[in-house]
Amino acid sequence: MSERWFLLKRNLAEFWRVFRRNRMGKIGAFLLATSVLMAIFAPALTPYEPTETIRDANGRGLTFAPPSEHGPLGTDDAGRDVWTQLAYGSRISLMVGFVAGFLSMAIGSLLGILAGYFGGWIDTLLMRVTDVLLVIPDIPLMLILVATFRRLEVGISPTVILIMVIGLLYWTSTARLIRSQVLSIKERQFVARARAIGAGHWHIIRKHIIPQVMPLIVANTVLIVSTAILTESGLSFLGLGDPTQPSWGTMLNFAFARNAISNSAWWFYLPPGLAIVWVTLGCVLLGNVLEEILNPRLTSHHLESEANMVARTSSRPAESGVSGK
Amino acid sequence: MNRRDYLIRKVLMAILTLAVVVTLDFFLFRVLPGDPVRAVIGRNVRIPKETQDALRAQFGLDKPVFPEQFFATLGQWAQGNLGVSWSLRQPVGEVLVAKLGNTLLLVTSGQVLSISLGVALGLFAGWKRKTAIDVSALTFSLITWAIPTFWLGIILLAAGSTWLGLPTGNVVEPGNIGKPFFEVLPDIVRHLILPTLTFTIVYLGEYMLIMRSSVLEVLSEDYILTAKAKGMTHWQVLRKHAMKNAMLPIVTLIALNLGFTVAGAIYIETVFSYDGLGKLFQTALDKQDYPLLQGAFLLLAVAVIIANMLADFLYTYLDPRVRQV
Repeated sequence: MSERWFLLKRNLAEFWRVFRRNRMGKIGAFLLATSVLMAIFAPALTPYEPTETIRDANGRGLTFAPPSEHGPLGTDDAGRDVWTQLAYGSRISLMVGFVAGFLSMAIGSLLGILAGYFGGWIDTLLMRVTDVLLVIPDIPLMLILVATFRRLEVGISPTVILIMVIGLLYWTSTARLIRSQVLSIKERQFVARARAIGAGHWHIIRKHIIPQVMPLIVANTVLIVSTAILTESGLSFLGLGDPTQPSWGTMLNFAFARNAISNSAWWFYLPPGLAIVWVTLGCVLLGNVLEEILNPRLTSHHLESEANMVARTSSRPAESGVSGK
Repeated sequence: MNRRDYLIRKVLMAILTLAVVVTLDFFLFRVLPGDPVRAVIGRNVRIPKETQDALRAQFGLDKPVFPEQFFATLGQWAQGNLGVSWSLRQPVGEVLVAKLGNTLLLVTSGQVLSISLGVALGLFAGWKRKTAIDVSALTFSLITWAIPTFWLGIILLAAGSTWLGLPTGNVVEPGNIGKPFFEVLPDIVRHLILPTLTFTIVYLGEYMLIMRSSVLEVLSEDYILTAKAKGMTHWQVLRKHAMKNAMLPIVTLIALNLGFTVAGAIYIETVFSYDGLGKLFQTALDKQDYPLLQGAFLLLAVAVIIANMLADFLYTYLDPRVRQV
């Protein structure tokens, strides 16, 4: 066990060394980290509540007020502070993005591993299903799915519905990616050897395939999360989000529906979009760098070496032939 | 497998996808609570039970959902009868056909522009690799990928209407609705500028990236070196050899993008209040007009499936290597 820990630490140290030199990755990590911090510390970043109407000296609500000493990003049509909404909205946007991303990544990885490892009819079935899903236009499908679920009145919050629908439709690309990776791992020698000594399927999957595939899964997750965040903002903009839990997309829906454009209230419709771009760029830059570094084709790993697989005996032909120094 | 088998397989896949779409479309809306008969009559009208039962029998709603209603509805759909829209009180088919032209106009101009610009820029970026053109093109693609489509639309709408005096929505000025197409063409073009610009920017980056990597791959082939050794200028080599081969993945990308184009159309038409299928879809969603949603989804999905199939056919015609799959 301690040898594994040592190897893990060494791999992480090597990873960190390469990562530090890569400027795009650092920028991406910075963008993502600041967004997560904003979501976690939202209440500390602003003195107002997101639903609180700011009033001026006469007690009237300050509607569509430009940035001023009351708030760095002004107010919306009901006098609520935009910066506050942005900070609290980051919680919803990021949460939906991450959870939906993880969900689709989990489904995709599981199906990809099963299809790649077992092959046969499981593989063919997966390929056909992904072929069909790839052709059907995604946003209209999501729209009618969300509309149906909401109408069912089962009492699920709209945010959860969004997470479910996005998570259930974005697994296809991950599944295909993981599947092809598993196909190539399956052919490597250590898998054949493990099978030869009688290792069961689950043992091989758990001990050999998953560690090989994990770096790719991690890198792919970040990219899937970025698409999930974009999609959530789009669906919320179309009105499918939860108005009581506004995300950045819902903020843009409000801005559009409540005439922020004709009122030239740029402080209302610009910041949420900028925030979305900020987070998405962060995820994409980080994901690209992760994929570069973690791509198994580029690095050698300890499972490829001959150590511990063949018993060392003194009767090896090579040793007897070599003249000692 | 030769070309004929490949094409037959593509047709079978298209039929399978079509079957999935139709089944999903039918059963999804049957799952919803609410009585379709009530919807047709209106919610506040009292009618005696015998009339209700008679109406139910007339619409075939008293028969079991699965096989009779399902196949009866399929038959109706095949004849073009997609039901009646609740909110517009018109047959769904009529409404769809009326708005189809507007959307086709927008989508076609946007795609033509983004494809031609994307191919041209991609060609230059790949040719002049690692120069300022290449780096700025890559940066542009990255940033436009992270920008939500609808937000870009909002920004362009605000900027365009404020600074350039461009119209803020609709296909034509209200006074020009219903006039023959060629008479109001200048007005139509004026209203198309901002939506088409949004469309182009959103899809430009992708085409450019694919063309660029395709060009890089082609330019590293041996026959390019031969052409250069024969004394052809760079531009001649590009025109005679590189461009034709590099454009093949673009055809695949166009097919893949059809689904995403539909999504983009929904967002862009909503932002610009452009009276096409996208805005119709969003309005139907808003008003919970299920027959209209059902019909619109069917139309969009079928269009994308058929277009995908045609693109596959076209690809086998363009690339002789596919026939030996």
